[in-house]
Amino acid sequence: MKTVIDSYIREEMFPHIWCPGCGNGIVLGAIIRAIDDLKWDKDKIVAVSGIGCSSRITGYVDFCTMNTIHGRALPFATGIKMANPDLKVIVVMGDGDCSAIGGNHFIHAARRNIDLTAIIINNMIYGMTGGQYSPLTPTGKFGSTAPYGNIDQSFDLVELATAAGASYVARGTVYNPRQSASLIKKALDKKGFSVVEIISDCPVSYGKMNKMKSPVDMLKWIKDIAVSKKVWEGLSPDEKKEKYAVGEFLNKDRPDYTARYKEIIKKAQEMGGNK
Amino acid sequence: MKQKKILEVYQNNLVKISVRREWCKSCGICIEFCPKDVLVPDDQGKPIPKNIDACIKCGLCELRCPDFAITVEGVEGKDE
Repeated sequence: MKTVIDSYIREEMFPHIWCPGCGNGIVLGAIIRAIDDLKWDKDKIVAVSGIGCSSRITGYVDFCTMNTIHGRALPFATGIKMANPDLKVIVVMGDGDCSAIGGNHFIHAARRNIDLTAIIINNMIYGMTGGQYSPLTPTGKFGSTAPYGNIDQSFDLVELATAAGASYVARGTVYNPRQSASLIKKALDKKGFSVVEIISDCPVSYGKMNKMKSPVDMLKWIKDIAVSKKVWEGLSPDEKKEKYAVGEFLNKDRPDYTARYKEIIKKAQEMGGNK
Repeated sequence: MKQKKILEVYQNNLVKISVRREWCKSCGICIEFCPKDVLVPDDQGKPIPKNIDACIKCGLCELRCPDFAITVEGVEGKDE
């Protein structure tokens, strides 16, 4: 049995460390299938991650990989891209890594529109450290630091990335891995900062505290909360609180950072700065 | 309890379902979300394609498996 997956993973690292039913593995599969569709050279891809369960993805894929510090995957990836713009740089982050610890880096990477692909695995909780609520935990849901329900309002990453200036923004779920893979494929192929949020499950931390004890319960819940853009637009404000719109939200062309940087180098050389 | 082989291959004349038992963590996702109810859990909660003739090769079990433990292939020469 030789599958598409087998030619892109470090097989000696398997079975992976994630809990039974964890969505990280489903997202990893979607990423690999998207890359296989694009027929990219493995040695020209750099996968960068920060800290968290999802960040372990870089240990399992057979690309050039880098596991960096908490929340700072995007700055490292920016450095890699600027040093060698020919590389394809993929950044995999969790919801806490991206929107809390690395929140500032996220909006500024989008503002610069640097040619990176950010894949955010949103399990709505800090799974690795024991279920503390994150900036993406929905209001009213439970966490180990919110035993009476979360009173914060959560970020909408799609709106955040769009407002900050990204070129491509989409959202998928682990319940629908085929759609997620096609969204990731489009994001990878896009020049400029592209963001794909994948709604994922954490049966151990999120599920247990929110009355979904098994991975199957969590996937059924994700199926229930994810609606297409069209359905989403017809919902009342109260109904929208419980649901997530899924699909492609933004796909626009804007000069990316590396191209503008090349231009400025040329301009400086013409003005005699390099003599 | 009898220990089963690491890679179990189940096959009829149209489809071949392989289960990498060493990697499977018995989460039950493939069993629950199979549209044709092909899979049933064994004593360890790992999938067995009891009803393999109903398989339509949609591949959803393979796509949703977080552990890359199950694959569905068409049997060579008979794949339409």
